[in-house]
Amino acid sequence: MLGTRVETAVETAVEVIDLRFAYPDGVQALRGVNLTIRRGEKVALLGPNGAGKSTLLLHLNGILRGKGQVRIAGVPLRADNLAQVRACVGLVFEDPDDQLFSPTVLEDVSYGPLYMGLPREEVSERARRALAQVGMTGFEERSPHRLSLGQKKRIAIATVLSMEPAILALDEPTASLDPRARRELIHLLRDLPQTMIVSTHDIPLVRDLLPRTVVMDGGVIVADGETRAILSDSALLAAHGLDVY
Amino acid sequence: MAARVPFGERYVAGRSAIHTADARAKLPAALAYVFAVTLTPVGHWPALALLALPPAAALVLSRLSLLLVLRRSALALPFLLAAVPLVFTKEGEVLFNVPLFGWTASQEGLEAVLSILAKSWLSMLAAVILTATTPAVELLRAMRSLGLPRLLVATVSFMYRYLFVIGEEALSLMRARDSRNARLPGQKGGGTLGWRAKVLGNMVGSLFLRTYERSERVYAAMQARGYDGEPRFLWRRAWRATEVVLVVGLVAYLAGVELYARY
Repeated sequence: MLGTRVETAVETAVEVIDLRFAYPDGVQALRGVNLTIRRGEKVALLGPNGAGKSTLLLHLNGILRGKGQVRIAGVPLRADNLAQVRACVGLVFEDPDDQLFSPTVLEDVSYGPLYMGLPREEVSERARRALAQVGMTGFEERSPHRLSLGQKKRIAIATVLSMEPAILALDEPTASLDPRARRELIHLLRDLPQTMIVSTHDIPLVRDLLPRTVVMDGGVIVADGETRAILSDSALLAAHGLDVY
Repeated sequence: MAARVPFGERYVAGRSAIHTADARAKLPAALAYVFAVTLTPVGHWPALALLALPPAAALVLSRLSLLLVLRRSALALPFLLAAVPLVFTKEGEVLFNVPLFGWTASQEGLEAVLSILAKSWLSMLAAVILTATTPAVELLRAMRSLGLPRLLVATVSFMYRYLFVIGEEALSLMRARDSRNARLPGQKGGGTLGWRAKVLGNMVGSLFLRTYERSERVYAAMQARGYDGEPRFLWRRAWRATEVVLVVGLVAYLAGVELYARY
């Protein structure tokens, strides 16, 4: 049949099948999520607070384990392959103070490669390259608490880039940044080649950077399609508490 | 967050020989010094005077402000209060009597108190010079390469990293409270002491909960980058001969003073 794609395991970066998850306090955060992301795709994850966006991202590298299946590059996520999956999915947390837990920038950026068991030269080469990629060369010996929020956000991204992941999962990358820091971060994201899934409330960012949009609400995916089509569907957006300005 | 916490960093930047010396030499040197000071016999003033030389030399070499070092080392003074009763409890040659209570001050007791004061102040001096000339990060690296248990070093390193974050959170909580400390003209404001204590208690509780939740997020961030329960650190640097010589020299000097004080 013309127009159908046969999806091979190699082409599929992320596959989530009927994922359900409840927090220990009983809040049902995910109620059956199905999502497939192809290699190289840039996907926006929109939805009101509490829709389950962050919970979904935490499932992509097995920090949270719900019912259902998560496959990364065709490999089902299991307890015994978590370490490999984590090398493949770089998760950037919303608050860089959570992500940057080492006393210096260099130690933080080296953390992932160090745990991957890479030789010392490779660790420092990767740390150097990741810092250059986010434009933070020269900050190696600085303490994270001395940096601005925009700098912290960029270094938080560097801490996963040094692991050279195939997939980047970013939670609210532009939240509370000033306009210049936000612009710099968007430029940085634009140049990254990885498959990307970005949870955000920043509609201009979605429009500029992410051709596909997934809308979540109440723990399920309520819309999935081309960003342009979704952002012009004002009824859909209003129904899920999203504004387009 | 715009708020800067007004505490925490002890390091005073500089380029002196003391500043640039390897923390792996400075940390054990300071510890050996405190150990030697503690071991010095009570009331042996010549030995204590000899022991005052190394920190004095370090102070001059480091070009730290004398005032700053004195102010920070004053932290040792409150401990003197705990030692004062010794003047009266130790038996010995009578100095004077406190009539109403029937207390007797002794020469030996006074010596003990003064020794404790001198020893704790000298030890503080060493610690102050160490922390003022060594960035906290270097001290952490020194602890690692000197073979302190990794879990312990990891804990101290988290404490250093999050002291500022939690301090900022506490600061913004207090600012939020103070911003609502309004008062109407002609009204007696402020509430009862009990109510204010309750507000403070709630703030401390909220800070604890936030910290607890943050610890879970930090742990998730560690796991996401491969943490497997075993703290790992970056590699060590090579030792420099001058620093080894310096530490060995200091230890020999300290041992010499201790021997002199005893024989």
